[in-house]
Amino acid sequence: MTAPHEPTARQLRVLLVDDERGFTDVLARRLGRRCMLVTTAASGTEGIQKLRDNRFDVAVLDLKMEDMDGIEVLKIFKKIDPHMPVIMLTGHGSEQAAREGLAYGAFDYLTKPCELEDLVAKICRAVETTR
Amino acid sequence: MITADERYYASLRRNIMAIIITVALMPLLAMMAIAGYQFHTAYRHKVVDHLAALVDRHTMHVDTFLSEKLADISTLAVIKPLEKLRDSAELEKILTMFQEKHRGVFVDLGLVDEQGFQVAYAGPFRLTRAQYGDASWFQESIRQPFTVSDVFLGLRGLPHFIVAVRIESGGHFWVLRSTIDFVAFNRLVEDLRIGKTGQAFIVNAEGQFQTQPHARPGVDPQELLRIVRGEAPKEIYSTAVEGLEIMGGSGNVYKTPTGLHGASWFEYTVPETQRRFLVFYQNLKGGRWVLFYLQELEDAFHDLYKARMLTLVVLAFSTLGVTLTAWALSRRVVLRIIQVDREKEMMNEQVVEAGKLASIGELAAGIAHEINNPVAIMVEEAGWIQDLLEDCERGERLDVEEVRRSLQQIRTQGARCKEITHKLLSFARRTDPTVQQVQLNKLVQEVVALVEQRARYAGVTIRTHLTEGLPWVAMSPSEMQQVLLNLINNALDAMEKSGGTLDITTRYEDGRVIVDVADTGEGIPQAILQRIFDPFFTTKPVGKGTGLGLSICYGIIRKLGGDISVNSAVGVGTTFHIYLPAGDGVVQTKTVERDTLTKEES
Repeated sequence: MTAPHEPTARQLRVLLVDDERGFTDVLARRLGRRCMLVTTAASGTEGIQKLRDNRFDVAVLDLKMEDMDGIEVLKIFKKIDPHMPVIMLTGHGSEQAAREGLAYGAFDYLTKPCELEDLVAKICRAVETTR
Repeated sequence: MITADERYYASLRRNIMAIIITVALMPLLAMMAIAGYQFHTAYRHKVVDHLAALVDRHTMHVDTFLSEKLADISTLAVIKPLEKLRDSAELEKILTMFQEKHRGVFVDLGLVDEQGFQVAYAGPFRLTRAQYGDASWFQESIRQPFTVSDVFLGLRGLPHFIVAVRIESGGHFWVLRSTIDFVAFNRLVEDLRIGKTGQAFIVNAEGQFQTQPHARPGVDPQELLRIVRGEAPKEIYSTAVEGLEIMGGSGNVYKTPTGLHGASWFEYTVPETQRRFLVFYQNLKGGRWVLFYLQELEDAFHDLYKARMLTLVVLAFSTLGVTLTAWALSRRVVLRIIQVDREKEMMNEQVVEAGKLASIGELAAGIAHEINNPVAIMVEEAGWIQDLLEDCERGERLDVEEVRRSLQQIRTQGARCKEITHKLLSFARRTDPTVQQVQLNKLVQEVVALVEQRARYAGVTIRTHLTEGLPWVAMSPSEMQQVLLNLINNALDAMEKSGGTLDITTRYEDGRVIVDVADTGEGIPQAILQRIFDPFFTTKPVGKGTGLGLSICYGIIRKLGGDISVNSAVGVGTTFHIYLPAGDGVVQTKTVERDTLTKEES
């Protein structure tokens, strides 16, 4: 999936990994409207593949996926691109896993469902702090 | 209507009562029977021996009395020359002396010649020259040296008897006779009166009274004589009496072993009046007379019967007391048991409920995540529509198609949520222990639907092998749901790390419906396999497991009359088998296979 707008120098490249396709679709649309270039991946493996092929400014990663544990995916992300900030999405009650993720170098986490503005703010802050 | 429970409690109560009564009364009865018998026997012996000795002594007295009188007359006949005895005046002197000496026992004296002609007489009656030639006593006394006659009325019309001695002088026989005071003699016998009914009398060989009983004895003396002689039928008296010769020379009285030192005795029931007598008898006068002593049994053993009655009264009161106590005690015990059973039942229900809550808790995480995704999508889609509307307000054209797609997506995700909540609600409704006819396959499918999501995340493939046309099983569907959910949750826990396959099979065998839940998890070590059904046994960390799940499963299955067993091998997996008693239903063997989607297939 690609954002509706053409990439520009100011556009942030976002990798969105979640096995819930309906969720990634609508989120990509909304982030795209906010001038982000969103690449979606429907599984951990697909996400890893896309990160190997492209560079991203930030990754948004769901912690609970059928094929791979989100933490495992995070570890691999950190190996491939240690500087790219990763924001985790978790369900309510799974904050424990999110905090574990922080220990493995994730930038921050959000609980689903979340306000889009919070996500955008976190993405911006992540990019600013690591730049 | 009487329920099975009530019947159970009633029989429990009967058993308790029976045990209390038996334990309390048996020793009492045994003791009373033994002691009563001993006492009875000992007392009877004592009474009989005592009476026998008494009768014996009395008989001796009477015999001695008769011998003495005979001896007195004999001495007189020897020491006085016949000439003096033929003199009435001389006789008068002797009689006076005798009467002074013996207090009037000798009534008169007389000398009778061979022809029975009384030649001399001294006494209150005018009997000089009386003719005794035909009297039986005279004929007897002329034949033998000494005679004591039977009692007869004689010339005077009064009962009396005669003591006579034969004197031989100058080739002629004379008889010196004396009348014995009947009253004095009678008193001797009559003295033997014991209790209310005890009395003695003497009969001769013909059964005629030789004494005058103070009251009619109520017994035919002839009959008694027949018994003593062994001529009477055995039924009417209790102690066997050997044939006894009353008349005749031997004069020996047979003595039963019970009367070692006394008279013989037997029990006799008068056939007409049914009065029961204790009869003692002893020979007198060389076997020509028999002294009888009679006492009614009730009278003779009065103290014994009183003691026996008292014993029976005590026994009756004891029995009543014990029975009442047993009644009250068993009632209290059973009421307490009923209460405890009820409490236990309530506790069981609570434990099942608690276990159910625990399994719901386990489910919650999976369900929460499951419901989270569609909610997140709906929130984002709604936000997207807001974004589009904002653009529209800024003058851009509204992409109606996009809004419609978004709304459709919201509807789809909403439906998804509804489905999830329905699944959860079908399980989470309050435990309903109502027993229904349950089709196990349907139930298995419902539970599998409930855990599918969790299984997917755990990397577990659930495969069901359901035999179609299984007979129904009588059980509470919600309880069975809980059992299956518990087993499946445990299996998923065991495979969470590595993933695996969960096989759920339903089948029919020997009148039982069987559910197998087999995982390919880490297995259960042999050491703890015995304990997994114990309440509060858990291998999970503190706070994670209640240790109640399997014990509740066990309880539920046992309550249904079924059984649950487990096979496990470490590293291979664990299989639980649930055996349930089948209801009616067509049995087919066709098995329908179904797998849940795994990641490879999706």
